[in-house]
Amino acid sequence: MPVMSYIQAVTTALKEEMQRDEKVFVLGEDVGKKGGVFRATDGLYDEFGEARVLDTPLAESAIAGVGIGAAMYGMRPVAEMQFADFIMPAVNQIISEAAKMRYRSNNDWNVPMTIRAPYGGGVHGALYHSQSIEAVFANQPGLKIVMPSTPYDVKGLLKAAIRDNDPVLFLEHKRAYRLLKGEVPEDDYVLPIGKADVKREGSDITVITYGLCVHFALQAAEKLAEEGIDAHILDLRTVYPLDKESIIEAAQKTGKVLLVTEDNKEGSIIGEVAAIVAENCLFDLDAPIKRLAGPDVPSMPYAPTMEKFFMMNPDKVEKAMRELAEF
Amino acid sequence: MASEKINMPQLGESVTEGTISSWLVQVGDKVNKYDPIAEVLTDKVNAEVPSSFTGTIKELVAEEGQTIAVGELMCYIDTEDGEGDTQPTNKETDEAPKETTEQPNQDQSMKKRYSPAVLRLAQENDIDLDQVTGSGQKGRITRKDIENYLSNGKPKTTSSNQEVSSKPSQAQSETVVEKATSSASVSDVQQGDIEIPVTGVRKAIAQNMVRSKQEIPHAWMTVEVDVTDLVTYRSKIKDEFKQKEGFSLTFFAFFVKAVAQALKEYPQLNSMWAGDKIIQKKAINLSIAVAKDQELFVPVIKNADEKSIKGIAKDISELAGKARKGKLTGDDMKGGTFTVNNTGSFGSISSMGVINHPQAAILQVESIVKRPVIVDNMFAARDMVNLSLSLDHRVLDGLVCGHFLSYLKKALENMNENTMSIY
Repeated sequence: MPVMSYIQAVTTALKEEMQRDEKVFVLGEDVGKKGGVFRATDGLYDEFGEARVLDTPLAESAIAGVGIGAAMYGMRPVAEMQFADFIMPAVNQIISEAAKMRYRSNNDWNVPMTIRAPYGGGVHGALYHSQSIEAVFANQPGLKIVMPSTPYDVKGLLKAAIRDNDPVLFLEHKRAYRLLKGEVPEDDYVLPIGKADVKREGSDITVITYGLCVHFALQAAEKLAEEGIDAHILDLRTVYPLDKESIIEAAQKTGKVLLVTEDNKEGSIIGEVAAIVAENCLFDLDAPIKRLAGPDVPSMPYAPTMEKFFMMNPDKVEKAMRELAEF
Repeated sequence: MASEKINMPQLGESVTEGTISSWLVQVGDKVNKYDPIAEVLTDKVNAEVPSSFTGTIKELVAEEGQTIAVGELMCYIDTEDGEGDTQPTNKETDEAPKETTEQPNQDQSMKKRYSPAVLRLAQENDIDLDQVTGSGQKGRITRKDIENYLSNGKPKTTSSNQEVSSKPSQAQSETVVEKATSSASVSDVQQGDIEIPVTGVRKAIAQNMVRSKQEIPHAWMTVEVDVTDLVTYRSKIKDEFKQKEGFSLTFFAFFVKAVAQALKEYPQLNSMWAGDKIIQKKAINLSIAVAKDQELFVPVIKNADEKSIKGIAKDISELAGKARKGKLTGDDMKGGTFTVNNTGSFGSISSMGVINHPQAAILQVESIVKRPVIVDNMFAARDMVNLSLSLDHRVLDGLVCGHFLSYLKKALENMNENTMSIY
């Protein structure tokens, strides 16, 4: 099985889907000749030509709007937001149009569009290149938000997103692009959207998280295993709508739940996860539900020391995990 | 001159590694700060890596063509301004706080705060939570403690943390205690009498004592030991010891040491009754009784056979100190294999100890008394002490205990300046 990086898994999935279905096309800023600023669409322009790999103007509302129109017409667009931070001008298109189209038209119309966007910090990107934006979209029924944590999940879930008949927001952690490598099967596999995945079995504490933080939690868990602390780690994979069944099962397993995100704490995805656990697991809980998240500060600072303070890392996760285990 | 590391720098967003396409310097080259030292190729950019220091290149660690992660070592450089001297001190300060966090938390204030999971499990399985030792923060009973309690069927009592061989016998002895306490409550209370509720440690002591007396067929033996030489030796060094070490060199430490040696020779006494078998313990962990107000604690000197007299004296001093401050942990009281009881500290010259269940024997060290004794057909003033042994007759017989005591007697009578060292 070939080992590839997180971003290579993105490219591979795009390429295979474009080969499989000629209705699939990509559009976005610099995705064509340049192959994307992160090189996610590298080689697609050469293979599929300018009609299926569209360089767009710097207008995110247009990228989303064109995608929606093409999708309603029967195409399967994959729109790229160069950075998730730049998605804001497209929010109206995504929330008011894409997410609600099927409901509004009583099933006459649907929007099989995927919007890819690199999110997250830890890359000295400061304000406009570090944000986590999932919470903005996470109470919009009609929309799905997928945030994979491994190259294997990236390929299987991006294919699923492209084949989904409704809009999917596919958020890729930009630091994971070249940091994470893993085995990815060559065959054409699809992973289910809306299903969380147990990344590590354990009996002392449960960590529920998503995206790059899964990686941090796994690293911390290996260290803690040497101290005899055995962590159970659930990767949400889809953060909206949440896989309630898996969340409840994971929480009940140990009764000590730590929720981790690099997003600002208040109003984040994990607050909803905490509510699901609180509603369903009272008599299994052995400790208060703990949230570990970024501070409630407007944006990722640029100064390296301050970025370190803001950004999630394995040490912070390890400390929180140990505290919960000792409780 | 100090040696510094130059690591792979972060060369752009999302870049986590770089390939060294060529070195621009060689070992021995002098470079200024910010001079380019290598060309690095990443997925996004080709860049020159600047030197972080002024100095002489000492060693190129990474090779040309090698891909290394951001933050990994590229090369060493010798600097002249002594920048590197600060590093070792940094390391020390890094380590210092670690030690303090390792101190065990002995606060028990969370002992009676139960989580929903613990309460539910306790109710479903009819568990008396007073009988469960908490491993959580501040003595809190965790869900895992209850799960372990249920799966092991080995409840740990609050006072001594000893393992009970099987569940039925635990239940049996508990009913016995209830009978005993209920019969006491029947007796009439007159005006002016004080009623003291039996709770916590007192209750646990009561249960253990009843179990010991009920289950273990006790037998007793006493020998008289001449410790004149030991007394002389200790008087000679005790003041200097206290001054030097900061804690007292008690007689008890010598006795504990001698008992540990004797147990090594006669491991039969270092064992416990387990229904259909006798378990001879390898570790020699000596329980010592420490009283505090209404409470009796039995902390343990672990691996006493491996410790010097100084080491034992230190353990005794620490454990007694902790007991007085109420800071003994479950760990401090766990794993005892034989008990040595310092009854002499109250002036007692003879007593019959109750065996500390499930151990096989307990030794009472009585008071050292100066008495006229006949030595070589003449009266002599000698320091004498009685050692009283209570034994579990299921495990032990008079013969082996007799040998044990005479070994102990000989060892103690031989303890003097020439034959031993306290270190």
